[in-house]
Amino acid sequence: MLQTYIFAAVMKNIRNFCIIAHIDHGKSTLADRLLEHTHTIGVRDMMNQVLDDMDLEREKGITIKSHAIQINYPYKGEEYILNLIDTPGHVDFSYEVSRALAACEGALLLVDASQGIQAQTISNLYLAIDNDLEIIPVINKIDMDGAQIPEVTDQIVDLIGCKPEDILLASGKSGIGIDEILEAIVSRIPAPQGSYDAPLQALIFDSVFNSFRGIIVYYRILNGILKKGDKIRFVASGMDYFADEVGVLKLTMTPKEEMKAGDVGYIITGIKVAKEVKVGDTITLANNPGKMIHGFEEVKPMVFAGIYPVETDDFEELRDCMDKLQLNDASLTFELETSQALGFGFRCGFLGLLHMEIIQERLEREFDQTVITTVPNVGFYAYTSKGDKLSVNNPSEMPDPTKLDRIEEPFIRAQIISMPDYIGNIMTLCLGKRGILINQTYLTPTRVELTFEMPLTEIVFDFYDKLKSQTRGYASFDYSPIGYREADIVKMDILLNNEKVDALSALIHRSRAQEFGRKLCEKLKELLTKQQFQIAIQAAIGAKVIARENISAMRKDVTAKCYGGDISRKRKLLEKQKEGKKRMKQIGNVEVPQEAFLAVLKLD
Amino acid sequence: MIAAIAKEAEWRKDYLNEKVETIYFGGGTPSLLSISDLRLMIEKLKELFFFDENAEISLEANPDDITEEKLIEWKAIGINRLSIGIQSFNDVDLQWMNRAHNAQHAIECLKLATKYFNNITIDLIYGSPTLTDEQWKKNVEFAISFNIPHISCYALTVEPKTALDKLIIQQKKENIDVDKQAKHFESLMQWMKEVGYEHYEISNFAKPNYRSKHNSSYWKGLPYLGLGPSAHSFNGSSRQWNIANNALYIQSIENGDLNFEKEELTASQQLNEYIMTSLRTIEGINFLDDRWLMTDDKTKSKIILSAKKWEANGNVVLNEKILRLTDKGRFLADGIAADLFQL
Ligand SMILES: Nc1nc2c(ncn2[C@@H]2O[C@H](COP(=O)(O)OP(=O)(O)OP(=O)(O)O)[C@@H](O)[C@H]2O)c(=O)[nH]1
Ligand SMILES: [Mg+2]
Repeated sequence: MLQTYIFAAVMKNIRNFCIIAHIDHGKSTLADRLLEHTHTIGVRDMMNQVLDDMDLEREKGITIKSHAIQINYPYKGEEYILNLIDTPGHVDFSYEVSRALAACEGALLLVDASQGIQAQTISNLYLAIDNDLEIIPVINKIDMDGAQIPEVTDQIVDLIGCKPEDILLASGKSGIGIDEILEAIVSRIPAPQGSYDAPLQALIFDSVFNSFRGIIVYYRILNGILKKGDKIRFVASGMDYFADEVGVLKLTMTPKEEMKAGDVGYIITGIKVAKEVKVGDTITLANNPGKMIHGFEEVKPMVFAGIYPVETDDFEELRDCMDKLQLNDASLTFELETSQALGFGFRCGFLGLLHMEIIQERLEREFDQTVITTVPNVGFYAYTSKGDKLSVNNPSEMPDPTKLDRIEEPFIRAQIISMPDYIGNIMTLCLGKRGILINQTYLTPTRVELTFEMPLTEIVFDFYDKLKSQTRGYASFDYSPIGYREADIVKMDILLNNEKVDALSALIHRSRAQEFGRKLCEKLKELLTKQQFQIAIQAAIGAKVIARENISAMRKDVTAKCYGGDISRKRKLLEKQKEGKKRMKQIGNVEVPQEAFLAVLKLD
Repeated sequence: MIAAIAKEAEWRKDYLNEKVETIYFGGGTPSLLSISDLRLMIEKLKELFFFDENAEISLEANPDDITEEKLIEWKAIGINRLSIGIQSFNDVDLQWMNRAHNAQHAIECLKLATKYFNNITIDLIYGSPTLTDEQWKKNVEFAISFNIPHISCYALTVEPKTALDKLIIQQKKENIDVDKQAKHFESLMQWMKEVGYEHYEISNFAKPNYRSKHNSSYWKGLPYLGLGPSAHSFNGSSRQWNIANNALYIQSIENGDLNFEKEELTASQQLNEYIMTSLRTIEGINFLDDRWLMTDDKTKSKIILSAKKWEANGNVVLNEKILRLTDKGRFLADGIAADLFQL
């Protein structure tokens, strides 16, 4: 039988913590063991990475969204409430980590025993330190044959300046070290501080949309008490609502009469309109308002791309879905955009290409939208000869070259951790991507950290894959923006039978244009199907054609035999073909499949 | 096997409730069957079904199975139409296609066959890498010179995952040149027209009164009953096909429980099949056909609207009575059919 603990949580018995690490170092698996060991999740509901509950997370085997869950834990005769937040490790989602940190007093920093410290170990650690969190370092996956406990211990001691005895050893897979971790959470992480009597201040750190319940807001209370039925106010937006339901996050939502300072929980207010809730806002009481808490920096999108409905009529529906999706993913930004080729759609800002892929897939799966995504690009600044500064997130926003003074592109600082053997390959790769080497340090004799300054546009597409193949997987990579620098960026257009396809235009460094144009034309040739007439594919900068391919006319499209046993199969084949055509866009007289708009991502 | 098929026929004798107008022994190598088995089969079918007195009874035969003796016997038991897989009169070409017979066989068997049967159809295959334009012309001329009243001409097709497909992928065999196939098809249509064959279906040419009654019924959407492993049956609204594996087929019959899959066709699937098969024929879609008449006006006008595009570029003929492909359109029959489909 599952034991139920019923007691009023006092602040000194609450611990709010998150699990942070480099991607795949075993956060979600360790969370499984914590939940299992404390009977938070019954045997029947248990599965691997149980907190990764989105289809996409399970399919890809990675965490995309932070996930909060409450644990009851008896220790030395007292009952504790542990609010755990599992965070994603992928660099695209580091903002999820920073929001989770804001709701916690401590963090478990996991390091894979066979891999040691990696780029996101360091960047997530710094985020936690910035938030004044108590760090509990854990060497995880010690069950593995390749575990190098002494080496990794040295690395951690060097990095955070702790004592070797402070480091816990664990294996999420075999359940080693779980008791020690739970004890450390209670004994090392400070209890939340705050006052029950002060005006309510609760920081919104996440929100999700539920089609039955409307918008569900997750918060951490810093001060005061929030009761069911209270009239509440969102400080930044100034809007008032009633707290229809408040409660804590178990595996499912568990309603409570009241939530108090130190607690992490949810609130349902019947809000249905996505825009009314902003992650980072403060919840307070309408009749006794508290001040705004310092929330989060707005996440800045790294890449932009257009998202369009395949059927132009579906635009309004898509808008609605985007609004809802944004609620589940505050990092998604979008604004209206029109394209001659694709009609009405949205210019969206993403944190990276994985994020973009996930948004597109979620639109398709969770919201049943078929969309076309256009060539992604980073955001530039254009300075006109008149001295105006324009932001250019879209090729169509690029001013005419005659009116242009200069363009600036975003730069990043890239940290790459690898083995000394691969320094040569990494240098060749990064310099080839217009990178500048800033620093090279040996973390240990076998681990080197290289720091480059590079244009963001060079790393968003295929950089990470190339880095991995150049280092046989022995490299990790992290980056952060460092401002804008002047660059010779041009707009390259694609023409199909002399008709410009605005959705295929790209902003690109001049030195790259020729090769990029050639490859893109080749790729399009592969992706466009033959039609009854010849198709000319051209890449051009202004009026100058820099690459060209032809697709000859289709001469024959007919099955030889169609007798009794062939009819059914043939019909199904043609029905499928017709279905596929529905997803194509007519540009001039050319039918363009959806993949073509993303051809640019598949160039090598 | 024969016993199993006979058993299946017995079980399913009520599948067709119309008069039976054709029998077709095909698929695999029915020419290898012993005469007694074939006779038994025909007798069984005549006993179970109500036959038209002029029923067309065809047998598919490989050139290397044909002997004078067999021809006489086939005729004697009631076979009145032969379908011979000649494929080519060129050895290089036949070898490339992995056929058991050679050109000499092909010629000799035709000489013999025409002695006993006048209703004969042969298969020719064009557009293989080994078939030159001249040899293709020779193949057709050869066939015509035997006065064969019905010729089926197929573009060589490489089905995915077959041995040939693998060899082509491994670049051990030359890939198919679609432009050459189109060229062969174009000349073929021209030649056949000149000597008075009617191009009554994409791949089928017949002298007057020599169309295949059997195959025409597929294209008209008439019901058919298929017996034996992998055979398909159709009753106008549902289609079913037996398990393909010979041993499992026989086993299922022995167990008294035929192993088959079945699909019910929705109205739009029925319409799509009608569009697909009708367009392949010279008659095309006739606006007085039942299937067309029972289609609602909105759907009909959607189809007509799509057809107008194809009319504008010369691929279909469209008037108040019919919608059919032009010679040019026959090259694109699949794409046009798919475009007219309703999902
Ligand atoms: N041998 C071993 N494998 C482990 C252990 N913990 C996790 N793994 C494996 O490591 C992989 C990643 O585990 P996750 O728990 O999903 O890692 P994560 O840190 O949550 O990954 P992200 O959320 O995507 O950053 C999975 O294949 C796990 O089975 C462990 O203790 N030992
Ligand atoms: Mg995870």
